[in-house]
Amino acid sequence: MNYFPDEVLEHVFDFITSHKDRNSVSLVCKSWYKIERCSRQRVFIGNCYSISPERLIARFPGLKSLTLKGKPHFADFNLVPHDWGGFVYPWIKALAKSRIGLEELRLKRMVVSDESLELLSKSFVNFKSLVLVSCEGFTTDGLAAIAANCRFLRELDLQENEVDDHRGHWLSCFPESCTSLISLNFACLRGEVNLGALERLVSRSPNLKSLRLNRAVPLDTLQKLLMRAPQLVDLGIGSYVHDPFSEVYNKLKIAIQRCKSIRSLSGFLEVAPHCMSAIYPIFGNLTFLNLSYAPGLHGNKLMKLIQHCRKLQRLWILDCIGDKGLGVVALTCKELQELRVFPSDPFGAGNAAVTEEGLVLVSAGCPKLNSLLYFCQQMTNAALITVAKNCPNFIRFRLCILDPIKPDPVTNQPLDEGFGAIVQSCKGLKRLSLSGLLTDQVFLYIGMYAEQLEMLSIAFAADSDKGMLYVLNGCKKLRKLEIRDCPFGDAALLEDVGKYETMRSLWMSSCEVTLGGCKSVAEKMPSLNVEIIDECEQMEFNLDDKQKVDKMYLYRTLVGHRKDAPEYVLIL
Amino acid sequence: MVFEKDLNLDATELRLGLPGSSEESIRISNKRALPDMNDDSGVAAAKKCDQETAPPTKAQVVGWPPIRSYRKNSLQTKKTEAETGGMYVKVSMDGAPYLRKIDLKVYKGYPELFKAMEDMFKFKVGKYSEREGYNGSEFVPTYEDKDGDWMLVGDVPWEMFINACKRLRIVRGSEARGLGCVV
Repeated sequence: MNYFPDEVLEHVFDFITSHKDRNSVSLVCKSWYKIERCSRQRVFIGNCYSISPERLIARFPGLKSLTLKGKPHFADFNLVPHDWGGFVYPWIKALAKSRIGLEELRLKRMVVSDESLELLSKSFVNFKSLVLVSCEGFTTDGLAAIAANCRFLRELDLQENEVDDHRGHWLSCFPESCTSLISLNFACLRGEVNLGALERLVSRSPNLKSLRLNRAVPLDTLQKLLMRAPQLVDLGIGSYVHDPFSEVYNKLKIAIQRCKSIRSLSGFLEVAPHCMSAIYPIFGNLTFLNLSYAPGLHGNKLMKLIQHCRKLQRLWILDCIGDKGLGVVALTCKELQELRVFPSDPFGAGNAAVTEEGLVLVSAGCPKLNSLLYFCQQMTNAALITVAKNCPNFIRFRLCILDPIKPDPVTNQPLDEGFGAIVQSCKGLKRLSLSGLLTDQVFLYIGMYAEQLEMLSIAFAADSDKGMLYVLNGCKKLRKLEIRDCPFGDAALLEDVGKYETMRSLWMSSCEVTLGGCKSVAEKMPSLNVEIIDECEQMEFNLDDKQKVDKMYLYRTLVGHRKDAPEYVLIL
Repeated sequence: MVFEKDLNLDATELRLGLPGSSEESIRISNKRALPDMNDDSGVAAAKKCDQETAPPTKAQVVGWPPIRSYRKNSLQTKKTEAETGGMYVKVSMDGAPYLRKIDLKVYKGYPELFKAMEDMFKFKVGKYSEREGYNGSEFVPTYEDKDGDWMLVGDVPWEMFINACKRLRIVRGSEARGLGCVV
């Protein structure tokens, strides 16, 4: 039923860039499927075990950019053993053997070995971009291979990875001929870097737009780098400590004044608050500010800084900003869309410096707010109801009360009504994380109102299976559900196993599901992998169906059981 | 859980931290949490905790609060560094050809400090009395405080001393007598 030649359709498809839309296009008919798959350049795989590299290669011969996610989200919080899986090596090996001209690789929560980085660096002539988020398993030797061998490298972006740092030599591995860098982010490296090599690299990278330094880069080097790269748009400062009366500091002031394009600022991994005045000229133009690794900035100095940030759209901050500081944000940052408040002292004596008051202030002052991550001391229903009224546009709402089962401190009630107000008001809500004292009631509300919800994180909540059932029955667009420490058992798990095929994954840990229940799911749904993670190896000796399962992770897949699971993972 | 405000638990707290070190305060709130009063183990003031962990009565749940390991490790590194940053001050002795530097944070109190100074400069500190200062020695330990005044070492509590002390000077002989006599 094609009224157009293939080339025309292909040209039209070029304008369709979102993964969802391209996936939809491929389902229309066989010829659209064929044209789409041959012209597709960017592929996103949310669970690396849902498909195999061979099938990926077979379907998309024109692949240039691959995004892969490995471990389940709760792995970020140490709930998944390190060697559970998510190895990127088999992917790189398969791609290297094929004729795919890979140019970009973006990985999240995957195990990346030096060997895989080296293979990557040698196998794809046009490789341009490597982005690693929350990954592990590699050292600076792997980075050296990327630097040395990727002749046209444009982007090396390392975000919050645990890297074994063998010290500075990797930066020197960028050859003199490498002048193509656009983005370099090594803020998460803990070791020394060769400062001279860094300066030379920046000097010969005229297209450098994004530079995020690690702690080992001192202020005087920063000054030299900024002099050489006044075109920067995104800057991450490493160490920011110096004598404010020194020559170097004056030079820094001059360098900063030349940087008229900086819109995004982060870092301050080490900071002397009395040196901040040199940077003030930048703050007025910032759209993104990340001070969440700078506990040295707090109190009045921090508030004074925020007052300059009139154009801010995204703010990541530590809770030492306090409710008062959030009040300043509310007055100043009228364009704010995203706010993340991280705990500065997560295991301290329970003194998160922000409460419901700060959130209410921001919701009142920043009507464009649509994305929230908020670690706080306490929350009230009244506050949540007010926030829901002030900000009906939330897409992401993640609340973390440091005491996970804390009720509303004013009324001593659970927070059901508050979260209920959020889901009822925010019709576009896609992601929700709950905390505080919660009963089955909040899940009734979620099932009823959260029609667009795609991801839900639950911890220490609910009274019975009903809670989970409300969600599974109500949230039609649910893709990821992760639950810990809730009284949900087999009855909830087994009510509608077909639902799990419409989702990416389900995680349940420290709940009431039994081995028998999990086996039942696996039997009924061969298209799911049902994994039991049993680190204590209780299951090995006692395969009693009535045994409660400590950690269960199930996900849909087209390629059956994975072969790389460690011994303590039982795939049913 | 009930939180009480403004209760200074520092005074009775047992810690395994470095002597004289105090937790770097990055909180601007004064609220402090009491251990859970309903806890059966009855732990009250005696808390054996290192710098980062919560009092044991507030059981640390694995994976809570939900922050990335990388971020958690960063915070801990920073706290440790803040607390072990060292408090180096210059030490001079009258007649000695060059000065030395010592880290005040390393010592638990005056006796250890004096022992270290005695070893370093080969002298003996006299016996301290509140009334008369140091008796029995030609040498008297003094320090310059934040106001620029030269004070006798030993009059104030150790914590107060190490926070006030900018440099140390071991004063000798007749000069010493002026400081040594407390009227």
